[in-house]
Amino acid sequence: MSSNPMVRAEHIVKRFGSHEVLKDISVTVERGQVACLIGPSGSGKSTFLRCINHLESINGGRLWVDGDLMGYRQRGDKLYEMSPKEVSRQRADIGMVFQSFNLFPHMTVLENIIEAPTRVKNVKKQAAVATAMQLLDRVGLAHKAKVYPGHLSGGQQQRVAIARALAMEPKLMLFDEPTSALDPELVGEVLDVMKGLAQSGMTMIVVTHEIGFAREVGDSLFFMDGGVIVESGDPREVLANPQHQRTQSFLSKVL
Amino acid sequence: MTDSRDSSVQESSTAPIKAVKLRHPLRTTFAVVIALLVVAFVWDAATREAYQWPLVAQYLFDRRITQAALITLTLTVLSMILAIVMGLVLAVMRLSDNPVLKAVSWTYLWLFRGTPVYVQLVFWGLLGTIYRSVTIGIPFTDVAFFTAAPFEFIDLFWLAVLGLAFNEAAYMAEIVRGGILSVPRGQDEAARALGMSWRQTMLRIIVPQSMRVIIPPTGNEVISMLKTTSLVTALGFSLELYARTRAISAQIYATVPLLIVASIWYLLVTSILMVGQYYLEKYYARGVSPQRATETEPTQTASFAAVEPDGTGAAGGSDTIATSKGEHR
Repeated sequence: MSSNPMVRAEHIVKRFGSHEVLKDISVTVERGQVACLIGPSGSGKSTFLRCINHLESINGGRLWVDGDLMGYRQRGDKLYEMSPKEVSRQRADIGMVFQSFNLFPHMTVLENIIEAPTRVKNVKKQAAVATAMQLLDRVGLAHKAKVYPGHLSGGQQQRVAIARALAMEPKLMLFDEPTSALDPELVGEVLDVMKGLAQSGMTMIVVTHEIGFAREVGDSLFFMDGGVIVESGDPREVLANPQHQRTQSFLSKVL
Repeated sequence: MTDSRDSSVQESSTAPIKAVKLRHPLRTTFAVVIALLVVAFVWDAATREAYQWPLVAQYLFDRRITQAALITLTLTVLSMILAIVMGLVLAVMRLSDNPVLKAVSWTYLWLFRGTPVYVQLVFWGLLGTIYRSVTIGIPFTDVAFFTAAPFEFIDLFWLAVLGLAFNEAAYMAEIVRGGILSVPRGQDEAARALGMSWRQTMLRIIVPQSMRVIIPPTGNEVISMLKTTSLVTALGFSLELYARTRAISAQIYATVPLLIVASIWYLLVTSILMVGQYYLEKYYARGVSPQRATETEPTQTASFAAVEPDGTGAAGGSDTIATSKGEHR
């Protein structure tokens, strides 16, 4: 199983100018597993997530998703930059959910969901609508299909965003602090959808501050600080018995 | 609501409040003064000889004038359409990653914004003289594929359209660029994360959203263009409104009444264009207004759910435009 993980990141380095945000990050996520990234803000966890689908290009290391090197093609020892078209094709298989939802405000909920399948994967509109309605039903929002995102609550918007990502039938889902912009009473509905998704066998990488979610749903936990992974392992073990002093002090603040 | 101290003054309940309206004495005085001034001016203008009102009435619907007004409107619309398309292309070039396209766009803006439109129009008029014939061939040899006189047969009207559009495109490019930059970065990221190409992201996601910001200043530009058309005499075109009224006033030795005629037509056409702008703004405000009003607290948008989408869209539309105008002007 470990021979063909869903995500394999080796020695990832990312710099913004002279500022090194990621310093030698190595992470492996197996198929069907839920990996949670926690850590203080500015620790580089969101940046790392964005490197996985090549929204940010990396400056060092190698990153494979489902066995494919992201953003580059390797021939012999040489790396060749991929064309934007090829990168788009790679991204189409990786779903991403953002902290600020990023639904398209000028499109209805349904239009948001069918946009990428019809334009990128050339799915027939009728089929795309049928899939979209199924997904909306799954996140409990079928009755909001014709509504513009601006008329929805934050929790509803985020559930639509999840449905939109799922409409591309991704093999991997990335969640970038999906509940951080939500009012406390709306967090639960989004986490419930994510739990359901995890139970259905989706491979997920989740940047989150929801320690409870990490403990309950996570198969592995990575604690990042200052651009490195300080500690990792089984969430229940790491959370109950953190070895590193920085992990301990972070957990004492958020728990 | 149920404050017990108030109950001595008025019984507190959910009944509508009955209170004496706050008076604005200064406001009322001011309104009266202005009204008097306007009446005085109108009375004076109506009776003043120099305005020659009978001539205004006689020429307002003169066939030459109405034709000229139509030509002015056509000139405005055609050159604006061309300018918007060119401006969009220039703005996208300026924002692309390609340094060559960036440089071309920058240079275009530098040239066409840096010289007066009047000077440019004179140049357009002289193009036929400057480039009597253009030969396509291999430089420094006698090989010529073909020779043409490209500006000889171009109608002055179309030369005017080109001259106005090329100048306006430089301004439109900046307006469009401002609009594109006003769309939150997250929109671009969300589209790319879904695997959409740069082209799809621009055409489907970014540009439609930027329209809300682009339209108000573009309305300004259209109205400005309407009046700039009066400069096309610089390249020899004299069938538009201003040139036409000047010609007539020179014939009949009456300047003021024909200036009034021209002004009335300019105002009329501007009013028509403003109505068009209103409906465009309403269309591109769809889905956006309610969210914008409560952008900082997304959860509060739930309170809008009960309201008919179209209703809030129309009401919030002008509001939204006002803010965006403030940011970008």
